[in-house]
Amino acid sequence: MEFLGHLALGFATALSPMNLLLAFIGCLVGTLIGVLPGVGPIATIAMLMPLTLKVDPTGALIMLAGIYYGAQYGGSTTAILLNIPGEVTAVVTAIDGHEMAKKGQAGTALGIAALGSFVAGTVATLVIAAIGAPLTKLALLFGPAEYFGLMVFGLGLAIVLARGSVLKAVIMVVLGLLLATVGTDLETGQDRLTLGIAELSDGVDFAVLAMGVFGIAEILRNLEHPESRDVAVSKIGRLLPSLGDLRRSLGPIVRGTGIGSVLGILPGNGAVLGPFASYALEKKLAKDPSRFGKGAIEGVAGPESANNAGAQTSFIPLLTLGIPPNAVMALMVGAMTIHGLIPGPQVMLKHPTLFWGMIASMWIGNLFLLIINLPLIGLWVRLLKVPYRLMFTTILLFCAIGIYSINNNPYDVYFTAFFGLAGYVFIKLGLEPAPMLLGFVLGRLMEEKLRQALALSEGSFMTFVERPVAAGLLVLAAAVMVIALLPAVSRSRAKAFQE
Amino acid sequence: MKHILASLGLSLFSGIAAAQAYPTRPVTLIVPFAAGGPTDIIARITGEYYSKTLGQQFVVENVAGAGGTTGITRGAQAKPDGYTIMMGHMGTHGAAPALYANLKYDPIKDFQPIGLVAGTPILIVARKDFPAANLKEFVAKLKDPAAKVKQAHAGVGSVSFTTCTLLTSQLGVKNIVAAYRGTGPALNDLIGGQVDYMCDQIVNLVEQVKGGSIKAYAIAIPERSPALPDVPTTKEAGLPEYQVSAWNALFAPKGVPKDVAAKLSDTLVKALDDEATRKRLLELGSVIPGKAGRSPQALQKLVESEVARWTPILKAAQQ
Repeated sequence: MEFLGHLALGFATALSPMNLLLAFIGCLVGTLIGVLPGVGPIATIAMLMPLTLKVDPTGALIMLAGIYYGAQYGGSTTAILLNIPGEVTAVVTAIDGHEMAKKGQAGTALGIAALGSFVAGTVATLVIAAIGAPLTKLALLFGPAEYFGLMVFGLGLAIVLARGSVLKAVIMVVLGLLLATVGTDLETGQDRLTLGIAELSDGVDFAVLAMGVFGIAEILRNLEHPESRDVAVSKIGRLLPSLGDLRRSLGPIVRGTGIGSVLGILPGNGAVLGPFASYALEKKLAKDPSRFGKGAIEGVAGPESANNAGAQTSFIPLLTLGIPPNAVMALMVGAMTIHGLIPGPQVMLKHPTLFWGMIASMWIGNLFLLIINLPLIGLWVRLLKVPYRLMFTTILLFCAIGIYSINNNPYDVYFTAFFGLAGYVFIKLGLEPAPMLLGFVLGRLMEEKLRQALALSEGSFMTFVERPVAAGLLVLAAAVMVIALLPAVSRSRAKAFQE
Repeated sequence: MKHILASLGLSLFSGIAAAQAYPTRPVTLIVPFAAGGPTDIIARITGEYYSKTLGQQFVVENVAGAGGTTGITRGAQAKPDGYTIMMGHMGTHGAAPALYANLKYDPIKDFQPIGLVAGTPILIVARKDFPAANLKEFVAKLKDPAAKVKQAHAGVGSVSFTTCTLLTSQLGVKNIVAAYRGTGPALNDLIGGQVDYMCDQIVNLVEQVKGGSIKAYAIAIPERSPALPDVPTTKEAGLPEYQVSAWNALFAPKGVPKDVAAKLSDTLVKALDDEATRKRLLELGSVIPGKAGRSPQALQKLVESEVARWTPILKAAQQ
């Protein structure tokens, strides 16, 4: 079987002592950096890229990939412990993960995130190795019209995400969509909603927004009642998930892995939808959906698996087409190019040891992450016992450094402070930030894809009907919204009847 | 007397030493684009040679935004001591004045040119099943409104936008245009056949052309590129007036000490003769300027001619 031969070649490459060491260093550095709030994989990889010039390209890529998954995973740690999602994909983890941490189940949440990520990583590695190349065709099926359909479907998920009032969720989604329109217009190059601030001409950075409305706002709220917060986390609880936890998480992990793997392949960063879709699905399937948002373990297990599966399969467009689906992958392109190896459809044929070695190293990297992180859980959780007056100042400092390091732009730090205040106001008004972030992420892509689709169809909206995949996705989106809204509608009708 | 002579000698010597001593601390090399792109890679390769030969780190700082003008604005306003230099390019020092009404620098007046580093040739590529076998047939399609040819570009201000605008303005045609955010998504839709053609830097397209997922009609430089020897030049293919290359060049803020500027320029000349540096630049499909093209004066002339060339074309395209 060809597939086994490829994997054998891959493991032979990835298991060389040098490559093992590089994978380990990458995962460790990634985890440590990912745990620092605000310092994400992009800044880290950009900083460490020059160091990799000293090793061969395969080793360099294995190490950079390790940093990437490590930082993804580390980002979930801060989402759970501190309610600071460093990456789009960790936003969902923060919802129930942080609630679990407040209840003293931080260890369980971190443990299930690690286990779910490992299972997802293993499956995704096999998927890439077995059917990565043919799967690329799926990515190519998606033109602007189809992508627009998918984004609308994603917006439907925002309504499912809402913990409380559907109306408030819709308000936040719309706010997110509006924020996404800030910046230079793609087609005309004109500034929109920038208030004359030149630093806004490229729009609001996701990390700036997320760090503000989640992290900084959380700190402001905690400072209101510092004593109650200390009580909340003084109970550490068990460090590893119980058998019951595992049983409840199995289904979400399997489904999350499936969803994440498929969405990760899509161009234009489809992977960001994975955790949101997984969370929405688990909430729909749950016998008691009201547990979600209050620390449901399924709400951590599913999205974390989807996140990690998507992080892996998003290598497929890079390795098979030479097209980076997101900013981190764009950096990987740079890293490959610096080594004189321009990614493209021929990498697999011309550099089989690099290609398969990197795929095998993905699994090894996931194993390292598990090995590194399970023992670290105790340490992370104990960090929560640090007195809050020391902790919040440290968090603020790292946030400022991290935010600055994204674009080397001091304005980003001011914007984060602004969004922190805004987030505090949202908390006071009972508005949830997660639907806003989803709207923000989808908004930019949605507008882009809508305008591309209409430009290519010369303004005809029929393009969304004539193209079967696009039409199918739009119908699906409508269905999701109806299903999501029905309970709310029937509830209010029931109330009306009671009166 | 001896002492006076000695101290005079010493002070003379220390004056020379100041120039010879530069750099005594790390130098910031501003790259006005995100890490990983063609300009960033060229800057890192060049920066490494500078670090190695001048004994201080040349640290790349990516300050992306507004088509590269954010980073160049910061560079132009930096203290002119030689410790902040920048990698400008065709967009920031040629197209920007026409595209950005509030541009805070003048590419011609506000910089001390160091020298041209590398040119990246532009390719005209189409989806693999586009019904035109060569550039002539392709141009005929472009000129036929019934063919409804669809162009993709990587956003207003990007190299792919400006160079394709040059093509359509030279041919006097208007086609259907879809704007993308970056080369990646545009290329994705070209491979997937959603759009028909685009223009971009060779380094972004070379592997896809070699792998056959897209086809190249021509390369817009006088001689064929060793990276793609089968692709004809625009001159060979019948469109000789279409000559364009995305160039990258080092600049310092206006007012850097003369000797520091000279040292930076001399080092660049040597870098472009260095075997390892050349090899890596050539692997990217870059064209390395000849001796005459590396001087600060040549770069100043290039900037002036590029601003003059792009301004009318881009202003007309915006109407």
